[in-house]
Amino acid sequence: MSDVIQHSNIRLPEGSIEKQTTTLNLGPTHPATHGVFQNILELDGERIISAEQTVGYIHRAFEKLAERRPLYQITTLTDRLNYCSSPINNMGWHLTCEKLLGVSTPKRVDYMRVIVMELARISDHLICNSIVGVDSGAFTGFLYVMQYRELIYEIYEEICGSRLTTNMGRIGGFERNFTATAWEKLEKFMREYPAVLKEFENLFNRNRIFMERLIGAGPISAERALNYGFTGPNLRAAGVDYDVRVHSPYSSYEDFNFEIPVGSTGDCYDRFLVRNQEMWQSLSIIEQAYKKIQEFKGKESEIFHADVPEYYLPEKKDVYTKMEALIWHFKIVMGEIDIPKGELYFPVEGGNGELGFYLISDGGRTPYRLHFRRPCFIYYQAYEELTKGAMLSDAIIVMSSLNLIAGELDA
Amino acid sequence: MALTYEHIKQRLVEKFGEQVTGFNEPYGMLTFEAPKELNLKVLQFLYDDATLQFRFLTDLQAVHYPDDAGRELAVVYHLHNLTDNVRLRFKIFTDITRPDVYSATALYASANWMERETYDFFGVNFVGHPNLKRVLNVDEMDYFPMRKEFPLEDQTRIDKDDEMFGRGGSIQ
Repeated sequence: MSDVIQHSNIRLPEGSIEKQTTTLNLGPTHPATHGVFQNILELDGERIISAEQTVGYIHRAFEKLAERRPLYQITTLTDRLNYCSSPINNMGWHLTCEKLLGVSTPKRVDYMRVIVMELARISDHLICNSIVGVDSGAFTGFLYVMQYRELIYEIYEEICGSRLTTNMGRIGGFERNFTATAWEKLEKFMREYPAVLKEFENLFNRNRIFMERLIGAGPISAERALNYGFTGPNLRAAGVDYDVRVHSPYSSYEDFNFEIPVGSTGDCYDRFLVRNQEMWQSLSIIEQAYKKIQEFKGKESEIFHADVPEYYLPEKKDVYTKMEALIWHFKIVMGEIDIPKGELYFPVEGGNGELGFYLISDGGRTPYRLHFRRPCFIYYQAYEELTKGAMLSDAIIVMSSLNLIAGELDA
Repeated sequence: MALTYEHIKQRLVEKFGEQVTGFNEPYGMLTFEAPKELNLKVLQFLYDDATLQFRFLTDLQAVHYPDDAGRELAVVYHLHNLTDNVRLRFKIFTDITRPDVYSATALYASANWMERETYDFFGVNFVGHPNLKRVLNVDEMDYFPMRKEFPLEDQTRIDKDDEMFGRGGSIQ
């Protein structure tokens, strides 16, 4: 018993060995983890000594499944990666297919996609930032912005018929043109959302309690962040202005003017501010895209998909009435069209960072190998380093400010 | 001066001579391969060289080619030079019976889980990895599920005639 610290107020039974630290299971189903993550924390008092993450609780073998599925059937898998911004994943996957197949899309389709992707980014960041609020004790912001996420979901619903797992779009464009209601809702969003975001910022940005909880929690230097493979808002909060939309533009992002907000310390507060700023930028991109689409005149203003009958599903009313359309529909859905041989990597800027699709096709009906580069999975490794020496309550905020999405993490 | 693929190729050949092979540019991304013993040397060279500076590991995964004897498993690195904004793809091939590959964790902290995932699904044994165990699958699993010998559907099914759907065997 000589090497064990003797407490004056605790009497241990004779012969017992005192453990100096506490092991705490944070998760897998802890309400504060917002997903199925397990963290085995080793605590000294309330300070974290080490954190071991266990992931894979909702692993669904997407990469294996993708090897048996034709291109369109993989879109539904991408929905379930980052389900807070599934349209980005859908578009990313369709863009990958288009690159493989050599399909080029009309400008109007690109701009429509940009609108949807930026809406998705807003809803993704909105959830993340308001959850940071919830985890630091401020529920109001979360409830307040929820109705505008709802409005975004209503816009999705108008465009594709579903809300969360959207399965939106086709290779070459969209399944149908945006309806008048969709445009109305978008206009409503553009009109009302700035005031809401401003109010949201007023609630948080200079709130003393909030700042004291977040500043200095889970910081990371730019160098470490790059070494850990951070991308997206988390990397930008550390001060690196890397954004796939700018560095490898896709879907005509080069036509838009926007800034890449960066932070400096990479702590929770910077991540929060970067996400807020990105929402403003996304809003400005949506407005620009809206204006650009309004400028199309005549026949051009009706285009919503590229002319690629080999990959673009024929119209439903034709499928029900015409033989050829029915055959093509069947062939496309069942993947009876061989896709070209090739190997490509296509990145898009997802809600959490660089979402990449590494596709190898051997010329069959399905990909030979498909790998998803999931930003969450890569940067979650840094969690231990981010939380080491911090308080337990900081660990919760660090987790929510990283925006970990279990679906994306576990694939 | 912008970094060109020509320059990268030239620097690599200067350094490694004929050991770096298979240069091509599928869909516009420079791709090459090297012997698996050289993987760390090549990565380190790409990282350190003053003009190359590929310091961001975008992605790391494996591919299984069961018919390519002696080169069944490919480990693919996607690297990114963020200053010049150039990407490249680097591959090594290994024998499936002895899938030992040096781990890149010392160079990239991000390689840790990516290598664990690659081990988990393909059984690539990363030598020098600090914690090489399964990451997404259960620890008790005793096979590597992404290898091509594990088909997705039950091959004994008789209620579905694959011939009717224009496909023959299980894996194509």
